[in-house]
Amino acid sequence: MSAITRADVEHLGRLARLNLTPEEIDNFAGQLDVILTSVARISEVAADDIPPTSHPIPVENVYREDVVRPGLLRADVAAGAPAWEDDRFRVPRILGEA
Amino acid sequence: MADLMGNDLTRQSASTLADAISQGEVSAEEVTKAHLERIADVDPRVHAFLYVDSDDALAAARGVDAKRARGDQLGALAGVPLALKDVLTMKGVPTTCGSKILEGWRPPYDSHVVERLRANDIVILGKTNMDEFAMGSSTEHSAYGPTRNPWDLERIPGGSGGGSSAALAAFEAPLAIGTDTGGSIRQPAAVTGTVGVKPTYGGVSRYGLVALASSLDQAGPCARNVLDTALLHAAIAGHDPRDSTSINAAVPDVVGAALNGDVRGMRIGLVRELSGAGYQAGVELRFREAVELLEGLGAEVIEVSCPHFEYALGAYYLILPSEASSNLARFDGMRYGLRAGDDGSHSVEEVMAITREAGFGPEVKRRIMLGTYALSSGYYDAYYGQAQKVRTLITRDFDAAFAQVDVLISPTAPTTAFKIGEKVDDPIAMYLNDVATIPVNLAGNAAMSLPIGLAPEDGLPVGLQIIAPPMADDRLYRVGSAVESALVDTWGHLLIEEAPAL
Amino acid sequence: MSAHADELMDYDQAVSLFEPVIGLETHVELGTNSKMFCSCPTEFGAEANTQICPVCVGLPGSMPVVNAVAVESTIRMGLALNCDIASWCRFARKNYFYPDMPKDYQISQYDEPLCTDGYLDVIVPTDDGPQVFRIEIERVHMEEDTGKLTHSGGDTGRIHGADYSLVDYNRAGIPLIEIVTKPIPGTGALAPVVARAYVAELRNLMRSLGVSDVRMEEGSLRCDVNVSLAKPGEPWGTRSETKNVNSLRSVERAVHSEIERQSALLTSGGRVVQETRHFHEDTGRSTSGRSKEQAEDYRYFPEPDLVPVAPSLEWIEQLRASLPEAPAAKRARLQESWGITDFEMQTLVNTDALDVIEETVAAGVEQSAARKWWMGEFARSAKEQGIELSQLRVRPADIVRVETLIREGALTDKMARQVFEGVLAGEGDVDSVIAQRGLVVVSDDASLLAAIDEALAAQPDVAEKIASGKVQAAGAIVGAVMKATQGQADAAKVRALLLEKLGVSE
Repeated sequence: MSAITRADVEHLGRLARLNLTPEEIDNFAGQLDVILTSVARISEVAADDIPPTSHPIPVENVYREDVVRPGLLRADVAAGAPAWEDDRFRVPRILGEA
Repeated sequence: MADLMGNDLTRQSASTLADAISQGEVSAEEVTKAHLERIADVDPRVHAFLYVDSDDALAAARGVDAKRARGDQLGALAGVPLALKDVLTMKGVPTTCGSKILEGWRPPYDSHVVERLRANDIVILGKTNMDEFAMGSSTEHSAYGPTRNPWDLERIPGGSGGGSSAALAAFEAPLAIGTDTGGSIRQPAAVTGTVGVKPTYGGVSRYGLVALASSLDQAGPCARNVLDTALLHAAIAGHDPRDSTSINAAVPDVVGAALNGDVRGMRIGLVRELSGAGYQAGVELRFREAVELLEGLGAEVIEVSCPHFEYALGAYYLILPSEASSNLARFDGMRYGLRAGDDGSHSVEEVMAITREAGFGPEVKRRIMLGTYALSSGYYDAYYGQAQKVRTLITRDFDAAFAQVDVLISPTAPTTAFKIGEKVDDPIAMYLNDVATIPVNLAGNAAMSLPIGLAPEDGLPVGLQIIAPPMADDRLYRVGSAVESALVDTWGHLLIEEAPAL
Repeated sequence: MSAHADELMDYDQAVSLFEPVIGLETHVELGTNSKMFCSCPTEFGAEANTQICPVCVGLPGSMPVVNAVAVESTIRMGLALNCDIASWCRFARKNYFYPDMPKDYQISQYDEPLCTDGYLDVIVPTDDGPQVFRIEIERVHMEEDTGKLTHSGGDTGRIHGADYSLVDYNRAGIPLIEIVTKPIPGTGALAPVVARAYVAELRNLMRSLGVSDVRMEEGSLRCDVNVSLAKPGEPWGTRSETKNVNSLRSVERAVHSEIERQSALLTSGGRVVQETRHFHEDTGRSTSGRSKEQAEDYRYFPEPDLVPVAPSLEWIEQLRASLPEAPAAKRARLQESWGITDFEMQTLVNTDALDVIEETVAAGVEQSAARKWWMGEFARSAKEQGIELSQLRVRPADIVRVETLIREGALTDKMARQVFEGVLAGEGDVDSVIAQRGLVVVSDDASLLAAIDEALAAQPDVAEKIASGKVQAAGAIVGAVMKATQGQADAAKVRALLLEKLGVSE
């Protein structure tokens, strides 16, 4: 478990779409390091034979019937949109394709 | 039933108010007005509410009065006012989650909890303050300023649901809804001398609960006494097909249990790992007294060990940020809420990053970064994967403990309410507030916090945590009710009556 | 995006130097009534943002619930592809930011797909006769589609150079099935054809299962095509991934041009970079997208809002037992029963005519007649209109009716063609077209004889020739009669009457 560098924080900021300030990058580098050091103890336990738990209550096979139900009114969704044009959400220009 | 005329309606319990309304002693409108006036009076100092929905609340109250006038059957809490944590959607009413990024957003749909509240004719007064996206233990991380503890306005009301706990303790509402991801119902209850329950994971639908950590989040009831909490629990719990993790089974009889506070013959486990170092002396003192009280009431208290609880905090602070980093991705300024930097010169990628930078506070960013790191390739197994294994070990600890005892107990929080500003820049110190409540969320159990006295050194409330196995939520109420009535017998009133006038 | 055109090597030369290895990831929209995780409708072509709800717009607090039919369809597809079906698997979140994705993560499956390790045999015609390739299937899993972007401003309507974009979330959350092959070596120069045949066969399979009607023109099937090259005997090279190849023809062209591009690159001392490329339907070429070296880290983790999918053995076996006949088996059966050649069958398959012909035969039309109509007039019409045979206005019942009328002598072949022309043009069903166009066979001997007399009188020299035994001259008179009756006479009958009248025999 390595120390968190400024470069790591900048990379994480890009992945998480956070336009961090230089000051934040410094702060987070230190803080994340402290937090990660303190949580690193979990590697002391839990050997390979322990199954991971992703759901606290073991339930399986929850499905819905393939039936159409009414959704939202377009006007209600449009009312909350930061920008709206031609019945669609307007978003700034996209540089890269997904 | 006491005649309420002439009494302060805001000092009454929810069940008393509901009875009075259904008997016609007071109108729901009068009850709602009294609480709105109380809010207008004290909330400028407490700051429990982010939004007070006076018109809709009064309209809902008048609707209850009209139903009564028609002779319709009224629900057990009909006409009783409630404070709703601002993390649950309510159609047309601002829902901010304590964040600038959702400022001004009015959801076009009701959460399941709100649907249930409406169906039970409970009057929603407004939305309460919280740590931003429920990340915190003090409500200091709200983008809209901290909420203050009615016991001492210089102190925190707990978090993340500090607005809901403060609203109860300040007599602004007799009922409140909280959500609990690592203790956000129980710790605020403990530090404000109120009652709060985190139901079994899946007991209350999360549909419309803005997710922090999906596998840990659970909405639950808050009130000033055990019976009111149970009545609210019964009103909001139950299966909802829109939440795939909602449990499709009958809700445990929590109200029956609250009315039957008898612990004779019960086996109660004292968790060895949830006491000792780090626990304030007054907290330990009141907790020991509560143990003696339970023994005096006929319960058998034994010490049990949950050896993996010491790893719970570490696992939690990996699982929560990981899930949160994904859950909070959608706040990108494209579909709702804040959009910043869209001046025509920036690309969509830049606008998303500028928006998120401007809209999220430091604690949210910190956890998003942490979660992004824990999930990133090369670290997943060491962090997220390992944390999920710890989760299994903690669940096994609980299973072993519940093979010996009916419920577990511990102090809810290691300390009483601390001062505003004391820990806000020290994430680790802040995270340690949740050390006793977190194991419950990791395993999905039900748990309650109820007041057991004031710490002698600071005169502030101390909470007792009661933990039950999944879907045995009724046991919380059985034990809680027994403790509460014994303490009321001793004190002559609920602890909350000792809170200073505001 | 690189502006300059890539160097290409001549295809024959390329495949003589290199051995292509291809791989395909195919996304197909399932034909469910409602979306993958919410109850919104899935119909194509609705007004923008009218088929949305809190879940598929990713509103805060909304939660997904799995569509049971989507799971069932995926299992059926997995079984039809000879896959193992997982007894327990989970959905996972694939995290990346993009404005067409409402939650900024896609609910998909990662290391626990529902179906694994199957295969699909495809038949490709070669100069040495049909050749079977077994395409190994790595996995089949479920996921959700994204919203649809349109790009505004700029001058191209494309993403590049646009001033801003608009998002419609009607498509967001439509269930997708993703079918991933293992690397496919050994196809040599046939690689593009094999790729196309595989996708066509997947489409046939999905249609025969009824899990999707695979409307490719609506973008409901999308392929990512992986290509790498190897020198014979050497390890496989670096692969490129060409995204969003959305028609059978494009699949073939994308593989073809990528082989040409990589060959040119490798022989000129360059190296193939691992990258995403974008295919352009207009040019048949691809351009470089983003390099995989700066690729997103998707941070997959199990979707905590959904519970595991754990299909019971009983359910799986029940689904297996109810699978329809596989397209390949059906082809073999029909080929034998109709007595047609491999080539003829392949032509039917390539024209996408097998199902309609089978339906027509089942409705009572002789197979050769059914083939004649569908592969002739109708195939031409479909091609002209750029649609599929099944989308033509003509139905098997129309052919039944026409064939009956021909048998009864009420229509001639020529008139039948006119009838179908009307049906295809939307003039109505067979009988109303006949009525509207006044298509009646002139069959009473009296009027035919009158017309014959007229024709003979007009061409006495021809009459003489025929009478003298030169029977081949009869054609001129028959033609004149047909002309006089505006084609509504039965030519064979006219000829018989003519010869009888002149007292000669064939």
